Amino acid sequence: MDLSFTSEQEILQDSAVKFAQKGYSFDQYKKSLKAPGQCDPAIWKQVAEFGWLALAVPESAGGIGGSTLDIALVAEALGAGLVIEPFIAGAIFPAAIIAASESAGRQDALLGNLASGDAQLAVAYSERAGRFDPAQCTTIADKNAKGFVLSGEKICAFNAPNASHLIVSARNGSAVDLFLVPRETAGLSLTAYPVLGGGVAADVKLDGVQVDSDARLGDITALEAGLDKAIAVDCALALGGMKALFERTSAYLRTRKQFGVAIGTFQVLQHRVVDMFIELEQSRSLVLLATAKADSGDAVERRRAVSAAKAYVAKASKMVAQQAVQLHGGIGMTEELDVGHYFRQLTAFGTRFGDRDYHLDRFQAVAAA
Amino acid sequence: MNFDYSPEEETFRQEVRTWMEANAPRDPSGIATGMRIGKETQFAWEKKLASKGWLAYTWPAEFGGPGFTPVQRDIFDAERARAGAPSVIPFALMMLGPVLMKFGTPEQQKRFLPRIASAEQVWCQGYSEPGSGSDLASLKTQAVRQGDKYIVNGQKIWTTQAHWAHWIFCLVRTSGDGSKQQGISFLLMDMNTKGIEVRPIVTIDGHHHLNEVFFTDVEVPVENLVGVEGQGWTIAKYLLTHERTAIAGVGDSKRQLRWLSETVARDPALKDSPHARRRIAELEVDLLALEYTNLRTLDRMAKGHSPGPESSGLKIKGTELQQGISEAQLEFGGLQAMPWGQDVEGEPVYRAASTRYNFLRACTIYGGSNEIQKNVLAKVLIGL
Repeated sequence: MDLSFTSEQEILQDSAVKFAQKGYSFDQYKKSLKAPGQCDPAIWKQVAEFGWLALAVPESAGGIGGSTLDIALVAEALGAGLVIEPFIAGAIFPAAIIAASESAGRQDALLGNLASGDAQLAVAYSERAGRFDPAQCTTIADKNAKGFVLSGEKICAFNAPNASHLIVSARNGSAVDLFLVPRETAGLSLTAYPVLGGGVAADVKLDGVQVDSDARLGDITALEAGLDKAIAVDCALALGGMKALFERTSAYLRTRKQFGVAIGTFQVLQHRVVDMFIELEQSRSLVLLATAKADSGDAVERRRAVSAAKAYVAKASKMVAQQAVQLHGGIGMTEELDVGHYFRQLTAFGTRFGDRDYHLDRFQAVAAA
Repeated sequence: MNFDYSPEEETFRQEVRTWMEANAPRDPSGIATGMRIGKETQFAWEKKLASKGWLAYTWPAEFGGPGFTPVQRDIFDAERARAGAPSVIPFALMMLGPVLMKFGTPEQQKRFLPRIASAEQVWCQGYSEPGSGSDLASLKTQAVRQGDKYIVNGQKIWTTQAHWAHWIFCLVRTSGDGSKQQGISFLLMDMNTKGIEVRPIVTIDGHHHLNEVFFTDVEVPVENLVGVEGQGWTIAKYLLTHERTAIAGVGDSKRQLRWLSETVARDPALKDSPHARRRIAELEVDLLALEYTNLRTLDRMAKGHSPGPESSGLKIKGTELQQGISEAQLEFGGLQAMPWGQDVEGEPVYRAASTRYNFLRACTIYGGSNEIQKNVLAKVLIGL
């Protein structure tokens, strides 16, 4: 057992923290919110230049091939800095799917563009009736002479409006397979919208979308592996947000005066801050575990650790976010202060990629199997 | 970063596991069910551990312990709990021992440490008083120096296993001058000394582990003072911060939760209940978070650092979880958890649940109540 980071990881963490604190800011956040697709091209270019997008791309495809922990260290800093550019939805998640799929090696050009920041991707796997379960899939892939014809509907495909290609899950016979669909393909239509906490998504209609047989990336196991990696990284992102809110709240309790004293002298508020801190630290333990196990070849071990982290952090981040607003009082309710913006980010975190109940059940099912 | 144990640690785990399986007490009165155990069973168990050299398993080799690393200590405790064996009475082994190693004279170390490590001497802790609970420094039990003796008068309360103990270590007031903390000293007393009287307190679990201890003109030789007069509070604080990781109780909670989930899996009324399964999953996830927070602390300690801020929540979270598991045991047990004070047929975990549930209400109170822990932590975090 050795829980220290390598010196490379410390440098990576350091540069990400510096970028989030100095290169980004609440003003930049507000600027990014107004940018097309809520992604400032100048920021995205910097993120690429740091090599953080290449972390998710295998070395064989010209990337860096970082571990999930490497990526999580960046994500935690981005979460603490309120960075809304689609690091996970547009890069980490789709790249992890491709890397885990049978087609790894055939998509090097696309992954190269992703690593350089020239292209973004998106994953369309969620369906209205399927809730969070990627296996609940009614979109159909019909095999024909040219390849496959995709028909069905997806909801809330994060970052789809910014993506050059979508990874779409569809039922191919009895299996659920993954298909790479260029955004401009005939029959593919998007209803784009901004999402809670920043970023954009789209509901996707596939009306007889013809793709080549090469478009098939692989089966659902690649989606599951990519999803687990994305969830572990997303938990780290949330951890950053929780840390930022804990720090802002404890600082506010030191400075805000009522009844002639700093409100941090009141025991009921002190204990609330302690509870926030404890939840932050407990969360950190499971995020470390999940990032360590996300790269495991043992799918059971991987699922168990990732679902435990998501189940725990979903609850803990909700508590921290709610109490941060409560302890700030009226000012915590305003658009003017960043606290409310972290609140919305953490609220969205609780739901995307599966909520606490979903992951508790998944954890339990894995444990029982 | 990796969470894997080294091959040496795995070998050590196997050695402890094998020994525990062969030697853990098989007590029909219910250690395995988590019920309280009797004096004879506890003492025999501690003797057995001592004969293996493992009773003082947290001690360094130079003081007669096995010299385990922090990770080995954790593995040892996990395997002890896994085998369903009782934990050791902590007062001498976890508390007084380290205090004597740091503040005791060589004579005191020679006189007491070998007897503690060999299970010859059992100790209790005289801290709380009727008027001094969370405000411990307000304690009034007085020790007045007369020649080469102290004369002690006063009362201690909530003294666990005082009725079993051969010796007691006490915080006493040797001076009324200065701050209330400054007049406190750390004194060792033989429980057989004239003037010490022990009266039982029966707790809501229906058992007798707590006592009141009365001191009337008790004569204590001055060589039983640890450190110097007025150093008692410093020593007490050192003692309270020692062994922060064991307090999380990860091993025992794992054992209890495993019993519960195994029982529920064969309980015809609950095995298909989504509610029961989800509740067990919640407890398992909470326990996993606690376990890995504990490992983070161990990793720091193994590298020679002091426990980090993450360790401060271990007592709070660990005790909340113990209570949460016992609550689930009681509620899943339903009517099978209703028999009281008499053992009847049924699932062991349900039979023990009402006793455990009642007993464990104490864990968020003892060792510094969780509210006091939060006060202390708030000082560090908010700094006011």
